[in-house]
Amino acid sequence: MKKVKKFTVSIYTENNLGLLNRISAIFLKRHLSIDSINSSPCEIEDIFRFVIVLKTEEELIKKVITQLEKQVEVIAAFYHTDVETIFQESALYKVKTEALFQKKKVHTIIKNSHASIVMVSPEYFVIEKTGKREETEKLYTDLAPFGILQFVRSGRISVTKEPMRITEILEKNK
Amino acid sequence: MKITGSEAVIKCLLEENVDLIYGYPGGAIMPIYDALYHYQKEVKHVLVRHEQGATHAAQGYARSSGKPGVVFATSGPGATNLITGIADAQIDSTPMVCITGQVASHLLGSDAFQETDIVGISTPITKWNYQITKAEEIPTVLAKAFFIAKSGRPGPVLVDITKDAQFELIDFKYQACTKVRSYKPEPSSSLKELDAAVDLINKAKKPLIVFGQGVILGEAEEEFKNFIEKTGIPAAWTILGLSALPTAHPLNVGMVGMHGNYGPNVLTNECDLLIAMGMRFDDRVTGDLNRYAKQAKIIHFEIDPAEVNKNVPVDVAVLGNIKKTLPQITEKVNKNNHENWLKEFRKRDEIEYQTVIEKDLHPTKDEMTMGEVIHAINEETKGDAIIVTDVGQHQMVACRYAKFNQSKSNITSGGLGTMGFALPAALGAKMGAPEREVVAIIGDGGYQMTIQELGTIFQTGAAVKIVVLNNNFLGMVRQWQQLFFDKRYASTELVNPDFVTIAKGYYIDGEKVDKRSGLKNAVKKMIQSKKPCFLEVCVEKEDNVFPMIPTGESVSNIRLS
Repeated sequence: MKKVKKFTVSIYTENNLGLLNRISAIFLKRHLSIDSINSSPCEIEDIFRFVIVLKTEEELIKKVITQLEKQVEVIAAFYHTDVETIFQESALYKVKTEALFQKKKVHTIIKNSHASIVMVSPEYFVIEKTGKREETEKLYTDLAPFGILQFVRSGRISVTKEPMRITEILEKNK
Repeated sequence: MKITGSEAVIKCLLEENVDLIYGYPGGAIMPIYDALYHYQKEVKHVLVRHEQGATHAAQGYARSSGKPGVVFATSGPGATNLITGIADAQIDSTPMVCITGQVASHLLGSDAFQETDIVGISTPITKWNYQITKAEEIPTVLAKAFFIAKSGRPGPVLVDITKDAQFELIDFKYQACTKVRSYKPEPSSSLKELDAAVDLINKAKKPLIVFGQGVILGEAEEEFKNFIEKTGIPAAWTILGLSALPTAHPLNVGMVGMHGNYGPNVLTNECDLLIAMGMRFDDRVTGDLNRYAKQAKIIHFEIDPAEVNKNVPVDVAVLGNIKKTLPQITEKVNKNNHENWLKEFRKRDEIEYQTVIEKDLHPTKDEMTMGEVIHAINEETKGDAIIVTDVGQHQMVACRYAKFNQSKSNITSGGLGTMGFALPAALGAKMGAPEREVVAIIGDGGYQMTIQELGTIFQTGAAVKIVVLNNNFLGMVRQWQQLFFDKRYASTELVNPDFVTIAKGYYIDGEKVDKRSGLKNAVKKMIQSKKPCFLEVCVEKEDNVFPMIPTGESVSNIRLS
């Protein structure tokens, strides 16, 4: 039986239009569903880092990595398991302001979950929580009785415990 | 002096030594065609009859000449008609640069007339693609396009140029591209891997080489021959590796794969070392992977790291261009011979000859076989021709029986299996190697998929010899229906037109042969002609191609009947 595990794929790329399409096509080609995807600048100027989370077999993810690296504008790609990375997600919860004045202690929930209020208006207020999936989910469950107007969670962002030698790779190819 | 983006495109092509373009004009690429008008002496444009024909012609040109094929097409349907040929070039690693016109940049995304997102559509089937919206990008992007198409494992690239960028004026300066920092065309191997490979080769008692197109693309035919001659290792080929080693070479043991030869297929599961040389373990080669060369150590010589361990886990991977890696191995390995092991192949060749080949090449029944037609062509060309094939039974028969003396002589659609490939590819092959004889061998089904390119052949006068093996069936599908679907011939029988009349309609000399007695002379006449020629041969309707490894079967269980 093949073992399905969660993997975080990190892809360092040039900043090019259409690259997202090219990357997602490789997952599509193998009928792999992506749990979350995030793209942002990284520690090197003009280089982007995609962080993609998905569940699959290790044997398959290895092949996907080589096919990603084969793309002209992909500098390097890696895969890691959860224990090899430090990762976080961010969530926003929009709640009616009247919840702040109810007997049940919204304040305590927010404080205990190390979340913060990012804005308050007469009609609603917005809570932000960064953490692991279980933490943002727990806060959701706790806030649900107060009525959540909107909820959104970001894709995972992660850094690896081991060093990433992108600068070296770029130097070598120069 | 400032020039238009369009003229810059043409100048870039000249800088890249392009002398031939296959294409079809239309609204969004008209400025580029207008610029081309002024450079007719420097670069020839071949007007095809359908854009798909342009891509296959460019592929044929690339495969016979070793230079990248260049294609022009307009936006929208012009661009989408390129897709099959681009996909074919991608899977068969053919260098090709496609330039498409696009609607003006201010119209992008507005569903303008003949607008299509060709960059989006072609992404999964190109090695690289790019949309140019400013003329100043043209020189750098085209330089990069040619570099990427040709270097490393070659492939198709597509550059889409908006119409306003074609009109815009720029100062032209060209610098050829020699590197892209995020792209490593040729990975390298450490001494450790080379030594590990040498060690396995020296120890092997029953080694077998399977070589693919990597030998041809790396132009490493000499290096390859030196290697096998020093080590005495029997060498079998994949369909795209065919012609890299002369058919008559004593160490050439034939074709592997679904309709390959009996010996190399069966002995794949008996060898103690399998050396994969510039090939990618396609499923048509390996059959059931769980029963493929499990007993053997495996060395993979490969330029594309994504191919290593993709289908078959290997013991040693020698990464890089074989032209560079192989001589280092040849120098270190012991001189050897494997006479007894080679006899195992020849023993099985004899079995295959008795059960399959003899009646294919020298039939005693009334109806003609595809094999005897190939045999008649061999007799006439003596193995010096480029053979271009389409897809299906005739392709397998041609690859099995055609003789080759030199490399870059077998041009076929391998990975994608594109029916309609051969006729335009033969035109391209002839233009890429005008001094050589080019014979297209096509089935009656595939021929009608791109038959309009007879017009292009007539207009260019390219002396292509076209042979249609007519069995009034989509033969390979019919064969499968017979073997695996209880002879339910669902939509495989063809009611065909008078092919000779059609050829004559294009002013191409045509002849039809339906009796064995007329075959030899008709082939002779065709080959001796200096003009394009058409020959239809009526063959047995329900012949099957054997040997055959049924889908999902092990290479050991190859059927001889």
